[in-house]
Amino acid sequence: MSTTRILLATLAVVAAGDLGAVEYSQFQADKSRLTFVSKQMGVPIDGSFRKFGGSLSFDPARPTAASARLDLDLASIDAGSRDANEEVVGKPWFNLKMFPTATFVSSAVRPLGGDKFELAGKLTIKGRTQDITAPFTFHQEGSNGIFDGGFVLKRLDFALGDGVWADVATVANEVQIKFHIVAAAAATRK
Amino acid sequence: METRYTRTAIALHWLMALLLTGLFCVGLYMSDLPLSPQKLKIYSWHKWAGITAFLLVLLRLAWRVGHPPPLLPAGMPAWQQAAAHGLHHLLYLLMIAIPLSGWLMSSAKGFQTVYFGVLPLPDLLPKDKELGELLEVVHSGLNFTLAGLVVAHVAAALKHHLFDRDDVLSRMLPFHASKH
Repeated sequence: MSTTRILLATLAVVAAGDLGAVEYSQFQADKSRLTFVSKQMGVPIDGSFRKFGGSLSFDPARPTAASARLDLDLASIDAGSRDANEEVVGKPWFNLKMFPTATFVSSAVRPLGGDKFELAGKLTIKGRTQDITAPFTFHQEGSNGIFDGGFVLKRLDFALGDGVWADVATVANEVQIKFHIVAAAAATRK
Repeated sequence: METRYTRTAIALHWLMALLLTGLFCVGLYMSDLPLSPQKLKIYSWHKWAGITAFLLVLLRLAWRVGHPPPLLPAGMPAWQQAAAHGLHHLLYLLMIAIPLSGWLMSSAKGFQTVYFGVLPLPDLLPKDKELGELLEVVHSGLNFTLAGLVVAHVAAALKHHLFDRDDVLSRMLPFHASKH
């Protein structure tokens, strides 16, 4: 009787330990989304990137050990209109011929309490690298881990919109980036 | 019975005549421009002016309810009176429909209207590329219809002034000494 109880308790502890060691590392490209909002003449314009790949590992029990990398196919941009999509591939904007991808590599993740975290890392666009930090929330949905966050990118830091486009009164310098990353849990570690 | 339009009605009439002519010309010019910051500015200005025209026509209609226009000359044939009333109704209808179609088009194309860059107007439709392109055709078609009707409106006013020699044109002129 008491042995059964001890056995059950032990099992529960092991199970709890297992849950804590769940690591989310299977990037789900089809479920993840990368969107942004730019502003033209005070008008918010929704945009998105359709193609991006990445790798990550995140254990909610050990967030500081987490890491992430994102490779973004800039040609997959939808900047909100056909005109804009044709414009942004050119030299003043992304200069896709020379810089077809943007890359983000994390350097640190720190817990902010509850389901909130902060991601820091280096973002490289158009040959220019900048440090960015982005707060995000994490929650589980079935076997998936969901990361929702965002940050404000200053387009001129990456020389996005040179020349006539540099006027931030027409196209604002600040671009709100939002990410919704879905990753499946990998096999648990003991 | 009053034989002239009120000063307010005259002011609104000519203000809108100027505004709508400007909007029409700018609209024609801007639609073929290659994308540039200048184009974005002109589009925004066009949209702000269009919303202003929409507000002005509502104001005009409200004013008209309280201040009915002077009667048409008694000697005018019935069919001409009917045509004049019909044309005026169409002009008002288009002055409402055109800014609305522009607003709807902007919404469908995913470009919200932010009045003077500070007051966001609600999007009337969700983003829908095909619907946006259809509304562009509608907006343009309504504009050319209005332009045609304005030509008829001006021609009719000149006909009254030059051939019928009545006061139909002069009673709408801003600086005309009233001949009571």
